[in-house]
Amino acid sequence: MSAPATATAPTDTEIGEVVLRAVGISKTYGVTKALKGVDFEVRAGQVTVLFGENGAGKSTLMKILSGVEQPTGGQLVLHEEPITLENTVDAVERGISIIHQETNLCPNLNVRDNIFLGRELHTRMGGIDYAREADITSRLMRQLEEEIAPQTPVADLRMGQQQIVEIARALAAETRILIMDEPTSALSASEVEVLFRVIGELTANGVAIVYISHHLEEAISIADHAVVLRDGELVAHEPASEIDLPWVVHRMTGRQAEYDFREEPRDFGEVALSVRNLTVADLGTGRVVVDDVSLDVRTGEIVCLYGLMGAGRTELMETLAGRDPMTAGEVLLNGENVADLSVSDRISRGLGLVPEDRQRDGVVQLLSVGSNLSLAGLRSVVRRGLISRGAESDRIRRGMAEVTVKAAGPGTPITSLSGGNQQKVVIGKLLMTDPSVLLLDEPTRGIDVGAKGEIFALLFQEAQKGLGVLYVTSEIGEAMTASHRIVVMNKGRVVREFDPRTSTRAEVMAASGESANPTTSTTTTDEAIGGTP
Amino acid sequence: MTATNTSAEATPRPQSPQSPTGGVTSRLRSITLSSALVEGRALLALILIITVFALLSDNYLDPGNLVTITKQVAFNAILALGMLMVILNGGIDLSVGSTVGLTGAVAGNLFRGLDLPLTQAIMFPQVWVIVVISVGVGALVGYANGLLISRLRLAPFIVTLGMLYVGRGLTEVLLNGQNITNELRGQEGLGNTGFFEVFASRPLGLPISAWVMIALAVLASILLVRSPFGRWLYASGSNERAAELSGVPVTRVKTRIYVIAGTCAGIVGLLQIANISSATADLGQFYELNAIAAVVIGGAALSGGRGTVRGTIIGAFVIGFLANGLVIVGVSPFWQQVITGAVIILAVAVDRIQQIAQNRGAARRAAAEVRTAASTSA
Repeated sequence: MSAPATATAPTDTEIGEVVLRAVGISKTYGVTKALKGVDFEVRAGQVTVLFGENGAGKSTLMKILSGVEQPTGGQLVLHEEPITLENTVDAVERGISIIHQETNLCPNLNVRDNIFLGRELHTRMGGIDYAREADITSRLMRQLEEEIAPQTPVADLRMGQQQIVEIARALAAETRILIMDEPTSALSASEVEVLFRVIGELTANGVAIVYISHHLEEAISIADHAVVLRDGELVAHEPASEIDLPWVVHRMTGRQAEYDFREEPRDFGEVALSVRNLTVADLGTGRVVVDDVSLDVRTGEIVCLYGLMGAGRTELMETLAGRDPMTAGEVLLNGENVADLSVSDRISRGLGLVPEDRQRDGVVQLLSVGSNLSLAGLRSVVRRGLISRGAESDRIRRGMAEVTVKAAGPGTPITSLSGGNQQKVVIGKLLMTDPSVLLLDEPTRGIDVGAKGEIFALLFQEAQKGLGVLYVTSEIGEAMTASHRIVVMNKGRVVREFDPRTSTRAEVMAASGESANPTTSTTTTDEAIGGTP
Repeated sequence: MTATNTSAEATPRPQSPQSPTGGVTSRLRSITLSSALVEGRALLALILIITVFALLSDNYLDPGNLVTITKQVAFNAILALGMLMVILNGGIDLSVGSTVGLTGAVAGNLFRGLDLPLTQAIMFPQVWVIVVISVGVGALVGYANGLLISRLRLAPFIVTLGMLYVGRGLTEVLLNGQNITNELRGQEGLGNTGFFEVFASRPLGLPISAWVMIALAVLASILLVRSPFGRWLYASGSNERAAELSGVPVTRVKTRIYVIAGTCAGIVGLLQIANISSATADLGQFYELNAIAAVVIGGAALSGGRGTVRGTIIGAFVIGFLANGLVIVGVSPFWQQVITGAVIILAVAVDRIQQIAQNRGAARRAAAEVRTAASTSA
């Protein structure tokens, strides 16, 4: 292992020069063709953004570029030289690193040890050269403008800082091509800004970036080149100057534009869910994460809770569902105070949550599609203390039809379903309990555009029948097109409400403390708050 | 348990990518196939063991010997049924062996009579009272485990390891260095006779413990497959957070399974003192390990969410037939332990190897299909 260089070292490749080329790459898993002859270029000093729905082949392509998997056909060409990447170590030695959605750091080790994990520098005696490692770590952190001491335990770092440590780790290995897979999904707005600034510095130094994100607007804002994959094929490849959001969505889905569920104003029913002065403090730190929040959801109304990550949205939802204890306030469901009830008691009274993290909190992996679907409403199919098989399979059949789950049958393992279909099962599971208000935390996260539309269609259809819906999103497009009312949260407080028919994206984003364009920030958070009542 | 049970334990394995679509018949077939694969391994081991020892020894399949085996198997199987519930939840209960000893000692002391304070009298409870109290003590130990694990969220391993020492210590305290033997018989004058007549009886030639095992196995099957509690147990064992958000009372479920495990231990405690006609301080030592082994051989996953009553019972028989066979053919006690341990590891390893081979086979078949499809289309 050669001594790590800093990324500022001058390079012999010019900005814009093609450094890595994929020629006719294909990959088959069993009967599925994940990639069908993809040609793809990565240029030095530029950001190439990969767009595509889930299952379009993005992650497969990333795995091949980073050496995790080998292609079944085609050739990788690095600096005009055909190469075969045996594994990730091989890729890293050739200067190609990948940063995943979840950081792959050891939280119990410090920053220095993480950066050099598996590539430790040795003294002449054979021990680890901690001094030199710390030295290089400090230099890298300075360069990334994140002054974290080399001895800081990674567990003490925020997500954004951990992401920076991952980048430092890649730089320490002399990375020239950096692949970033959904790097912003866990970051706050300010952390995203730091990350984008770092990306700008890296590209200025000639590092090629390959970037994947479901956050289309964000990704468009930093792209130099846009590449769109659909069904394993490369369908479009344009410089960023030629593209915009509708273009990307159209190429990704093969369909025109987004869904639009805006309805003519109609009368909603009684207030179904009433939250009064709800305050939640973080149990560990005592920090107030939800601050004196009051809001109402009427029957038949779809309310969107818009805000950035870290605005307290998830904490609010989990508290309303009864998982987290509240510090103060009232939660009234159809006039009854449910603040002291358990999760299961709230569900039986008609208030349930579709959680943010589907894999961790949503599906029960070892149960089938049918058993997942009937789990929450199991009590309704119990006859004389035992589950009635007839009644249960009846309910499951109706439920699967209602939420249009695409599965071979009720006995199919839930894990074999796509993300969108799994989410439909999670939603269907709660619909079976006949809720009066459904809470959904980022219901379309990690779901492709087609399924997103279907999920909102389902919610609007249930709302017509009288269901009240409160859902969280960080995608402005979703908030504007699929809600009756937008409630904006910022730093734990509800700052403003909007009618999506009479307000603009910029207004809503500004209220949340987010700037309309993350790279050229003009609105500061203070201004945004100052502008709210 | 029937082969047509619904999905709770019917789809424990990832299916091949080209599993048949829809249709009730195809679903039934995949269910029986997958459950047969899980338990088939244990069943195969059982048949193998019986065949080998039957060839090596003429006495092995002797009815008398079979009854002996069944009695030993029953004790372990009853504990294993409780252990299965705990393991389905992703927990472990190391304290059941000590609880067996403790309930034995409690029952023994009750037969010896209770010194009533203030009066000079000694009270001799009737046998049914003794039985209820003893099993209740087992349930109480389990309840303590359950509360500590579910409410305080302590690690099951630690809590039940602690309870293992507490239970054994209390057993020693209660017996105070003396076995209780003759008192178990009771005295006509005291009205506490009849314990052996029930707990050492052999209805229809089978030891009572075997009947208890059968009854509890049927009960456990219904509980796991047909009751909401069973579904909740499988769900919370697979993904507790998701189960909670689905309205499953995960804390209550968790507490109750330890109560069930403790109750099973209480029942075994009574059956055992009747079996050896004595309450001793070392009664039930290491029983927890045999129970865990039976559950694991039966195809359950220690990570929770996967396991069946049928597999567990077969697992208990594997251990019982193996242990007895080794004795009968005269293997030295030292080697018996080596072989038993090796069989446990082998059983789990075979499961894993089978799984890997299955995945590889599915991948190979799929790749071959792609090749033929490509060649025909070309």
